[in-house]
Amino acid sequence: MRVALFVTCVNDALYPRTGIAVVRLLERLGVDVDFPAAQSCCGQPQYNTGYRREAEPLLRRTAEAFAGYDHVVTPSGSCAAMVRAHYPRIARQAAREGRGSGLERLAEEFVPRVYELTEFLVDVLGVTDVGAYFPHTVTYHPSCHGLRTLGLGERPRRLLAAVKGLELVALPGAEECCGFGGTFAVKNPGVSAAMGADKTAAALATGAEVLCGADNSCLAHLDGTLRHAGAPLRTLHLAEILASAEEDPLP
Amino acid sequence: MTRTNLGMPSFPPFPEAAGEAVRDEVLRANLRRATHTIRDKRARAVTELTDWDRLRAAGKAVKDHTLRHLDHYLLQLEASVTAAGGTVHWAADADEANRIVTGLVLATGEREVVKVKSMATQEIGLNEALEAAGIAAYETDLAELIVQLGHDRPSHILVPAIHRNRDEIRDIFRSEMASWGRPAPEDLGDDPRELAEAARLHLREKFLRAKVAVSGANFMVAETGTMVVLESEGNGRMCLTLPETLISVVGIEKVVPAFRDLEVFLQTLPRSSTAERMNPYTTMWTGTTDGDGPSAFHLVLLDNGRTDTLADETGRQALRCIRCSACLNVCPVYERAGGHAYGSVYPGPIGAILSPQLRGTGSDIDATLPYASTLCGACYEVCPVAIDIPEVLVHLRERVVQGGPATRAGVRVRLRPAHGHTAERAAMRAARLLLDHPGALRTAERLLARARRLRPRRLPGPGRAWTDTRALPDIPAEPFRDWWLRERGNRH
Repeated sequence: MRVALFVTCVNDALYPRTGIAVVRLLERLGVDVDFPAAQSCCGQPQYNTGYRREAEPLLRRTAEAFAGYDHVVTPSGSCAAMVRAHYPRIARQAAREGRGSGLERLAEEFVPRVYELTEFLVDVLGVTDVGAYFPHTVTYHPSCHGLRTLGLGERPRRLLAAVKGLELVALPGAEECCGFGGTFAVKNPGVSAAMGADKTAAALATGAEVLCGADNSCLAHLDGTLRHAGAPLRTLHLAEILASAEEDPLP
Repeated sequence: MTRTNLGMPSFPPFPEAAGEAVRDEVLRANLRRATHTIRDKRARAVTELTDWDRLRAAGKAVKDHTLRHLDHYLLQLEASVTAAGGTVHWAADADEANRIVTGLVLATGEREVVKVKSMATQEIGLNEALEAAGIAAYETDLAELIVQLGHDRPSHILVPAIHRNRDEIRDIFRSEMASWGRPAPEDLGDDPRELAEAARLHLREKFLRAKVAVSGANFMVAETGTMVVLESEGNGRMCLTLPETLISVVGIEKVVPAFRDLEVFLQTLPRSSTAERMNPYTTMWTGTTDGDGPSAFHLVLLDNGRTDTLADETGRQALRCIRCSACLNVCPVYERAGGHAYGSVYPGPIGAILSPQLRGTGSDIDATLPYASTLCGACYEVCPVAIDIPEVLVHLRERVVQGGPATRAGVRVRLRPAHGHTAERAAMRAARLLLDHPGALRTAERLLARARRLRPRRLPGPGRAWTDTRALPDIPAEPFRDWWLRERGNRH
């Protein structure tokens, strides 16, 4: 089984910890992971802001970078959703408009091989107990694209619940958006900040030590909101918790 | 080219209006309470049905089929209505519709009309047009009455006064009712039953006196010419049955082919909107009947940007909308921004895709509406006719920043990008160039890592909004790809 890590551009540049955690976690589970260096960004920021044509070359780059791998794993529900829900659509439209030769075939071939991390663990590897150890109280925020576009359902919570020492507490209003929304956070700062404040207040009220998510973009917004307010709550990507082991625990 | 009117003549861009609304604590509390209550109730009402997904698919299919053959069904509808004793009028835009209705009312010799709650008449600004012609229009829906008495604008499709609490409503009734008719009792309190009773007495006078009524319709059946209005209060039925003349202004997309098609919507609409298994009042009428109900019936079929919207393959799904407002109630942006920020009588997610299509993306408000969403998808999830609102939002964003083909007033035009996106466009292109060249990307990431201690606490320009309320993430000492090269690079 040839498995490639699609680390995503945000994780590559700002959250390498998450990528490292995925590598360690998958290796611990016996998976041989590769990192194709030609990868960069899936094109979501361009596409979602209205620059669909700017996203086309990134679609091509991404699909080509992962050619030949059986599975492509990404620690981002949002980027996985971009690939699964929008790549076919972008490729089709490019073809209709007389651009992007071969893009449809590329997308068709690439899309079914892409898995968000928790999907890969639960559906492909068939594990929910990944042998992790993290003796802390954790609350989980399911980011919108993972929740609604991918339909991750209970996979992340099942994985967390199986972590040794971890106490999972429910987040009230969990399914409500955190207010990040890519460029939304910049274009509509008032509403975005209000949503972030409500989400972090709900997380703080749970009494958890850690607010966990599976998308570092949402977590950057929430962590930034918490730190700006000086609130005593840590944010962590799910992969880091799952990678934490008894012999080498995450502090 | 005349601009399509959607009930609010001029409005600031969405971020500005919403940014202000967010700071209004009373408004936020009112909206939060109301939207959370109704969204929970709706979820329960929908879960009761085991075949909800199939009903949703059926509603979508009926609407799509009708829209594909809209010309055919509208002509069939016209023939059916005429055969049943009604008169059909066609209105290309708001001005024409207002002219037609005003003329019809004046011809009766009456100077006042009672109104059934209707989005179409809100959309065209009918009350203002009637007033200009010396005709008083009285809203009879409780929430519309509150908005009208308060000299306010509706902020929700189903609950136009959602932004008001009981205290505010009592104050409005006390100070305003007397100038419109029967005054509110001196000692009126804020108990909902007391407020409803004051409204009931105030409205009863109007119902018994009115000779002309104006309504919209939730559905029109092409095969029979039947009009359908769903409501909760019964005030609509009073207007639809008591007066001598009934004038209905209805958007052309409201037609369905056959009577049996109503079966789907009579289940999905009430559950999606009021979370009721069935709405208390469903009134249906077909033309006129001697000795029963209005003796004259006029149907004004309203286009007002709808055929332009229909010409757009991605955007046309907005015309499936049955105005249930489930998308408003579940939208986290609407909940905080309130309805007025959307600058039209169609607020929330559906407004964000409908208004820029009906009016075009030319104005500041219409160019910012497609961005009034985080694309969280909650609206799509609850939509009873499966309108993929996020898909249309992204499509309209493209129209705003890159231009493209569109239809305005029936003519195919090529839109130029909206102004004010030059810097953003350049940034997107630069980012793409960087991201499409991993060598350059690696260099940029290394530079970023090296300059990590220089990272400012506050950003200039568009980034300032981020650092006003959020701290920036720390920049790591090395990007992931360098770690990989160092730790695992030799293996492969």
